[in-house]
Amino acid sequence: MPRGRVNVDAVGDLLDAYEPIDAWDEMFDAHGDTRHDYRALYEHVQTLSKQDFDERCATRDRVFRDQGITFAHSGEERPFPLDLVPRVISASEWSMIEKGVSQRVRALERFLDDVYGPGEIMRARVIPRRLVVTSSHFHRAAVGGIAPPRGVRVHVAGIDLVRDGDGKICVLEDNIRIPSGISYVVENRRAMTHVFPELFAAHRVQPVSDYPSRLLQTLTAAAPRGVDDPRVVLLTPGVHNAAYFEHSFLARQMGIELVEGRDLVCRDNVVYMLTTGGEERVDVVYRRVDDEFLDPLHFLPTSMLGCAGIVNAARAGNVTIANFLGNGVADDKAVYPYVPAMIEFYLGERPILSNVETYMLEDDDVRGWALDRLDQLVWKPADGSGGKGIVIGPRAEPEALEAVRAAVEAEPRSWIAQVPVALSTAPTYVSTGMQPRHLDLRPFALNDGENVWVVPGGLTRVALNEGSLVVNSSQGGGSKDTWVLAPAGAEVEDGITDDADRGCEPLARQPFDSAPDASEQAAQQQ
Amino acid sequence: MLSRIAESLYWLGRYTERAEATARILDVYSHALLEDRVGGEESACRRLVEAMGAADAAAAVEVDTNIEALVGFFVDDPRFPGSVVCSVHATWENARGAREAMSSEMWESINATHRTLDGNRGRSMYAQHGFLGWVRDRAAIVSGLADATMSHDDTWRFIVLGRSLERVDLTVRLLSTRLGEAWGSAGWVATLRCCAAYESYLRTYRRGVEGSKALEFLLLDRLFPRSVFHALVAAETVLIDLDPASDRNGAASEPRRVVGRACADLEFVRVAELERSLPEHLARLERAGTTAHDAIAKRFFNNAVAIRWSA
Repeated sequence: MPRGRVNVDAVGDLLDAYEPIDAWDEMFDAHGDTRHDYRALYEHVQTLSKQDFDERCATRDRVFRDQGITFAHSGEERPFPLDLVPRVISASEWSMIEKGVSQRVRALERFLDDVYGPGEIMRARVIPRRLVVTSSHFHRAAVGGIAPPRGVRVHVAGIDLVRDGDGKICVLEDNIRIPSGISYVVENRRAMTHVFPELFAAHRVQPVSDYPSRLLQTLTAAAPRGVDDPRVVLLTPGVHNAAYFEHSFLARQMGIELVEGRDLVCRDNVVYMLTTGGEERVDVVYRRVDDEFLDPLHFLPTSMLGCAGIVNAARAGNVTIANFLGNGVADDKAVYPYVPAMIEFYLGERPILSNVETYMLEDDDVRGWALDRLDQLVWKPADGSGGKGIVIGPRAEPEALEAVRAAVEAEPRSWIAQVPVALSTAPTYVSTGMQPRHLDLRPFALNDGENVWVVPGGLTRVALNEGSLVVNSSQGGGSKDTWVLAPAGAEVEDGITDDADRGCEPLARQPFDSAPDASEQAAQQQ
Repeated sequence: MLSRIAESLYWLGRYTERAEATARILDVYSHALLEDRVGGEESACRRLVEAMGAADAAAAVEVDTNIEALVGFFVDDPRFPGSVVCSVHATWENARGAREAMSSEMWESINATHRTLDGNRGRSMYAQHGFLGWVRDRAAIVSGLADATMSHDDTWRFIVLGRSLERVDLTVRLLSTRLGEAWGSAGWVATLRCCAAYESYLRTYRRGVEGSKALEFLLLDRLFPRSVFHALVAAETVLIDLDPASDRNGAASEPRRVVGRACADLEFVRVAELERSLPEHLARLERAGTTAHDAIAKRFFNNAVAIRWSA
């Protein structure tokens, strides 16, 4: 179906039958024209046939399976589903997202520091005290009064963004407990350069591969005061965790030890790991274990995943826990509607990224109004993550909606209602060819106490099922490599320029030496 | 053993190592460019040509501004004697003449690699990546079979000798390309990756890549098999076994003397001193490699001279 698209000498026709649905499409505008930043990509994809594409898909699956890049889904290890059509973000739009994410992280840091300290925001009645103290992730007893090194509690953040029907980027939720997915950002890029090297030739994409070394710098900077050469470890729940691949990936890329709870011991408020050389002191624990399992002395006494005493060690200033404990109070979905107000309250700035319209259900009038529109709103459990328990009103069965009504009426604090966002779509290769699929974006930010750095791009998650709005990989979501284009004309430093503190004279080098000429002998032997 | 066989095995060791290392360098540089095009294609090409130590060869054929063409040149251009395909072919040529000396598993592996070489090749970047990975795998299998299916006698020792000296040469050359460059980390990450040393480096130093630490690691590390020091020690060990004459004063065997001296130089140098006079140290190591090679050829491969010496 030819439309006013860029004319190319195409042998393939993968995108000819592409029919955008009623949502903002990342690649095509409302007239069916290719958006500016997608033109080079469009032209290249159009030179490929379905057969070419299937071959590349087979290579991708083999590469992922060989490398063991998998995700546990219902007890089964599957290769992480990477769609081979990348998502492209222009330099200017990225600049806005980057600033917005950074601003949000700074405000959330201030909020955490405040609610576990003086509580000024509650005294100023910007956010109700009741809402904060009833959060199931508010751990005042464990955390109150601990000043983490350099004031950092959110070392790593993942902010979920979506694009609405008008093309505006909004924040869907914040993840500042133990956000995951960054390994797929790095590995998706690596896989794409192997599977589709020619796509990169026409683009200048900002690299993502230095994330692990940036993370290590962030963690090292967060070490307790007075520790010069900190021992950093990554604490994983173990091989059965859904994100175990990511844990081992990060540990290897940072060259740090990957430990489980049983490898750690805490004595006299100092954390040690058990090694063949005896006990070794640990200074920074990048933990990928939930708060509730981290320390049986403070939280679940039955936890076998944590290290008893680690919270007290942190209180004594002997170990840094990253991300810090109790962050869940700030990414609680019932606190989410107040984040724009937090930004203004703490930073005195206008929020760069706006929220999705959200209703709090404790107020009887609001709840009544919302429940009247049960089938028009999206219903989310306030303390949920990973897409669990979300009910999308317009698509839900009547029984599911009635169950939500009962649950909301029983515990209004535990739910929020949101206006559905018609998540933007992008061409995605599925069994029936190129089809529009909904997607979101999770940029990752690192905070070392002085700067918030946002990795260019992030994880684009895509709902592979037709019409689905749920992008979580635990629920049939896939991903796309996310390309942030370099600003036009920018020559980014390539690391080996002239800022040498010292250099040396180059030295002449002989070409390869070679074996004695064997051809003559061979000729004689015949 | 026959000098002719010894020489073939020595070159077999060298070419297997060269094929593997060349394939790795090409992969590292071409993918570093894809992942970071912002740095520019031309400078990536320049760095690859330097890492390959082939400025003259590349200049002669004018392929130095297009990474795809450049990789193609280094993979199989007949005008480039150090190409991956040449190395694989030379491995096979040397193995063919010394077939009875090695285990049949090893010979089969080398022969199968050579036989299926063409079927695994392709022109595009996409196909090249697959091919380069395949070459590395095959080379690793050949080395592994040499270690695991052969007696560690003189036959095996000549393979190890060739492999070790090739490693010394290669790592020294890669370090030489860093001369005149900043101590910034991006180029050093690539250098470490070219030696398959990046992850080991991270585990060893537990911090980001710094030029002086990377240099220390690649030159002096006792445990990393591609460090210059480790490779020299490996060469020295087999040379001692190859020539066990007991010496009352110094080493009578010239190859052992050359290698042992280079080894001692590295073992007892101060790191600060090494950094201060790096060009001289690298030049000396490079000379040691060449001298050791000549001495080995003279001592073991040239029958006439060897007989005169031992008489």
